[in-house]
Amino acid sequence: MARFIGRRLLHFIPVLFVVVTLTFFLVRLAPGGPFDAEKARSEEALAQIERVYNLDAPLHRQYLDYLAGLIHGDLGPSLQKPERTVTEWILLRLPVSLELGVYALVVALGIGLTAGVIAALRPNTFTDHAPMSFAMVGICIPNFVLGPVLVLVFALWLGWFGVEGWGAASEKVLPSITLGATYAAYIARMTRGSMLEVLSQDFIRTARAKGLSEARVVLRHGLRGGLQPVVAFLGPAAAGLLSGSFVVERIFQVPGLGQEFVMAARNRDYTMVMGTVLFFAVLIMLFNLFVDIAQAWMDPRIRHERA
Amino acid sequence: MIGMSRQGVWNAAAAAMALALALGAGCSKTETPAVRAAREGVLLVGNGAEPQALDPHLVTGVPEHRIATALFEGLCDLDPATLEAVPAVAESWAVSDDGCVYTFTLRPDAKWSNGDAVTADDFAYAWERILSPALASEYAYMLHCIKNAKAFNEGELDAFGQVGVRVVDARTLEVTLEEPTPYFLEMQIHYTWFPLHRATIEQFGGMTERGTKWTRPGNLVGNGAFTLERWEPNRVLRVVKNDHYWNADAVRLSAVEFHPIEDTLTEERSFRTGNLHLTENVPISKIEGYQRDTPGLIRIDPYYGSYYYRLNVTRPPFDDVRVRRAFAMAVDRDTLVARVVRAGRRPAGNLTPPDPSGYTCAASIPYDVEAARALLAEAGYPNGEGFPPTELLYNTSENHKLIAEAVQQMWKDNLNVHVALLNQDWKVYLSSMSTLDYQMARSAWIGDFVDPINFLECFVTGGGNNRTGWASPAYDALIGEARRTLDAGQRMAVLEKAERVLLDEAPIIPVYFYTRVFLIAPELRGVESNLLGYINFKRLWFEPEARAEG
Amino acid sequence: MNAHNDREIPAPAGTDEPEPGTSLWKDAWHRLWQNRLAVTGLVVLCCMTALAVLTPWIAPYSYDEQDLELTAAGPCARHWFGTDRLGRDLLTRVLYGGRVSLMVGIAATSVSLVVGVLYGAIAGFAGGRADTLMMRFVDILYALPYTVFVIILTVYFGRNLVLLFLAIGAVEWLTMARIVRGRVMSLKEKEFIEATTIMGLSRGRVLLRHLIPNALGPIIVYTTLTVPRVMLLEAFLSFLGLGVQAPMSSWGLLIQQGVETMEEFPWMLIFPSLALSITLFSLNFLGDGLRDALDPQSARS
Repeated sequence: MARFIGRRLLHFIPVLFVVVTLTFFLVRLAPGGPFDAEKARSEEALAQIERVYNLDAPLHRQYLDYLAGLIHGDLGPSLQKPERTVTEWILLRLPVSLELGVYALVVALGIGLTAGVIAALRPNTFTDHAPMSFAMVGICIPNFVLGPVLVLVFALWLGWFGVEGWGAASEKVLPSITLGATYAAYIARMTRGSMLEVLSQDFIRTARAKGLSEARVVLRHGLRGGLQPVVAFLGPAAAGLLSGSFVVERIFQVPGLGQEFVMAARNRDYTMVMGTVLFFAVLIMLFNLFVDIAQAWMDPRIRHERA
Repeated sequence: MIGMSRQGVWNAAAAAMALALALGAGCSKTETPAVRAAREGVLLVGNGAEPQALDPHLVTGVPEHRIATALFEGLCDLDPATLEAVPAVAESWAVSDDGCVYTFTLRPDAKWSNGDAVTADDFAYAWERILSPALASEYAYMLHCIKNAKAFNEGELDAFGQVGVRVVDARTLEVTLEEPTPYFLEMQIHYTWFPLHRATIEQFGGMTERGTKWTRPGNLVGNGAFTLERWEPNRVLRVVKNDHYWNADAVRLSAVEFHPIEDTLTEERSFRTGNLHLTENVPISKIEGYQRDTPGLIRIDPYYGSYYYRLNVTRPPFDDVRVRRAFAMAVDRDTLVARVVRAGRRPAGNLTPPDPSGYTCAASIPYDVEAARALLAEAGYPNGEGFPPTELLYNTSENHKLIAEAVQQMWKDNLNVHVALLNQDWKVYLSSMSTLDYQMARSAWIGDFVDPINFLECFVTGGGNNRTGWASPAYDALIGEARRTLDAGQRMAVLEKAERVLLDEAPIIPVYFYTRVFLIAPELRGVESNLLGYINFKRLWFEPEARAEG
Repeated sequence: MNAHNDREIPAPAGTDEPEPGTSLWKDAWHRLWQNRLAVTGLVVLCCMTALAVLTPWIAPYSYDEQDLELTAAGPCARHWFGTDRLGRDLLTRVLYGGRVSLMVGIAATSVSLVVGVLYGAIAGFAGGRADTLMMRFVDILYALPYTVFVIILTVYFGRNLVLLFLAIGAVEWLTMARIVRGRVMSLKEKEFIEATTIMGLSRGRVLLRHLIPNALGPIIVYTTLTVPRVMLLEAFLSFLGLGVQAPMSSWGLLIQQGVETMEEFPWMLIFPSLALSITLFSLNFLGDGLRDALDPQSARS
């Protein structure tokens, strides 16, 4: 297993290299530059600022310079918000995104797994349909609707929670629920499906026949085998959750990373795009690695030693 | 991450507790942050987007302008009620007869927030810095009215000594302009003109180094009525009263907190739940509710901005002036504004917004369907037949889309022409406009100071803000003449002539004049109406009892 | 980790079925038919599709017909769903929006389904270096900035619905591929698959006939979960300039607009949301029913 993990970590390097290269050229292919604005800058003014940020150099030169900086851990200054470097911005906002992501993940797993398992125990009965319908709410109501509706009910009408911000505990409840709800619904539905499949398999019947308690059968044997598709889904989902959500952060004015991802791309803040993409690439590979490890653990038949 | 989730458990527990308490207490109304802050003299402002930076030479937007006016002060200030220049760092000034030389006398008691005196050199230093090509300030062109400033800014002159700024002595600053600039004093409230503290900037880097740490809390030294206390990006930026400010006795607020809120829906809700005293980012659909239920909280002021459509005159069908005028005359602006645009905005028949105390253009493009149809027929498209495919470009926004859809319908009904709609994301849209890769495009212009030249200058031949391909020697000549004209009345007459040329040739279709919509807490006083939406924090105060009465 | 000996008694599913193509599907159909919720879902979906197809003939108004004298009017006899901010009939717009959303939902999901399932199955089945390469490619695609990708698409290829489907399908297959790969990797070690190899069946045949059918459960569930995602993603793409062109609309866009005015004009949020929810509910109940019906294990119980 250690060898497998070591090899996978080595794979990070070529993948990151490809991601950096593709992103570097893709983002420059998009029309408009970082300093285009409603009030047009003169050509001289544009030339000056491009010189400052090395944007006037030939493209391959810029690329090599960027790689050189990257090797030294230098992501450069943000073009849009020049008073901090990209690294500083990411470090400033990352803790908030991580915190929100962890809460949302807790919401998603807590609600999703519970609802999914309950539903799978007695398929096509009320205890199946009720939790599944509840889970459907998370799918039918997109987060850009759920957020404002939750605020309307719980902040404006009932006054229980804050409208926006990220400080007091009462301000963290609604964003976490909003972000977690969709994922909860996904997990619930996938759990139900997989659990049903596993619970009808022979080894479960054997386990039951052996007289093991139902709880033990379901939780130890069923869940472990049945969560495999859920786990495969959780890799990218967790990476997405922890790197922040544009929509939820905007609705609740949460100072996380999610807004940076989208705004940097839309503003052509080249360095910031590169920084956030790199960060996300590492996150996604880490989580997909976790998933592969978890899947191996859950199902010893997948032998990674072969891979 | 483990620490994070442990903290998470505690927060979750605390939230559950808060929930239980709230339920137990039966939702007792507690004092809102706004009421508490008002008692302490702390103003809570909803400031839209997060500021890009605090260095006045690196920023370009409205949220940054607000913050900069709290932290710094220029030579003169504007009376927010009349928009007339009033003394600030300069206690007096004199203007030469040709209107080109201004001599400012600085007040002796003007101080930086660290107690240093504000001197003429601080202005010269700041202006040299912003005009330096190495700093590459995007708004440096605001200073191009100073003699030789443009040449220095564009690297043609190396010595700042040749630029028309002379430090006569510590308290006397002489500025020589390229040409008489009637709005020169008014421009001084723009952040590009503010003085900077040399020692602070050079402590953290070179004069022309971008993004050094000099603007961080604790480092920043300003000369405004407030000084920076705290900056937590995307959470809050807090400035507190500056005791060294020369007129500190007249400042009645103890602090101002700028809350960046990206989403207007969220910002309005934040105001409604008592978390803000002042915001100007109000969703249009909310305005009528406020006007109906709580008219005391909302105020709609005319604003020095114009919303219009650009026409690309280098491409058919809008290379034909008859087609351009036909399209312009087929837009029913009154209905459009009353039914769709709303927000108290005014239909626009011309480009420059009316200024009750100055220039108001008498000419306007009428709504005249018959004439429009006749013009279109004359251009070879009777009843719209054979009209080539046409697209109207707008940057993605719900309001731009609604207006475009309504106008699209008007052209269809009135001219029998189908115009397709095309939305692009902001930067793509800007790129399409500047490369003239469009046929019609939604546009807007907000004046930096109240003078029609601000709007009309955009359309000179080859200007960076022209973006229509339109070129008119007659127009260029009139703008040039206005620049040289000293007499105010005569100058306005020349500008109006120019605007008539623009309307006759119609490279643009005016749609409406902007308004600024403010939500103002009842206890907040001193927010004056003006065309620039200029809020002078030095002059605001609270009357906490006002809320109880209201 | 190795305490589960009971697992070593695998079900020889599939192997005892000489023709997995016929009786399995027939049984499944029969089982589906007995699931009332799934049938209801199917019927509702058929109705929705029929409405979408027939919209141009049955819609009471035209989707862009404005009445600036009657903007943002609540539901009434003339306008059952009320009108929007330009006085257009909301019922009509919901109907037309459904056409777009259903089309995007079906087409983009199909793209992601076909690409994701094949890619994941091949990677999982091939294993070894091929699998590693293929999965790292997926990692790269995950990491690329989607917003930038879409912006470039809009500019260099213009805007049309085919492109929209491709753009949506291009991201949505990644997770599907990972799910299928995981499932195939675990299945291929099972004895019945090993048996097919011994029997000399070709790899392609094993993949299509045995591996993918046995992974149908998660595939169906994830497919039904993909549909709402792509329908809502369409609204985001419209924001970036790739979606449907105003004045045409879609459910995602109508809902997005409805949110902004939900306190003043709640009907503008409620009706499009209802249309979307009913469709998604039906789809998911049908999906669950299908999954249950096709599960070869539960079939025998």
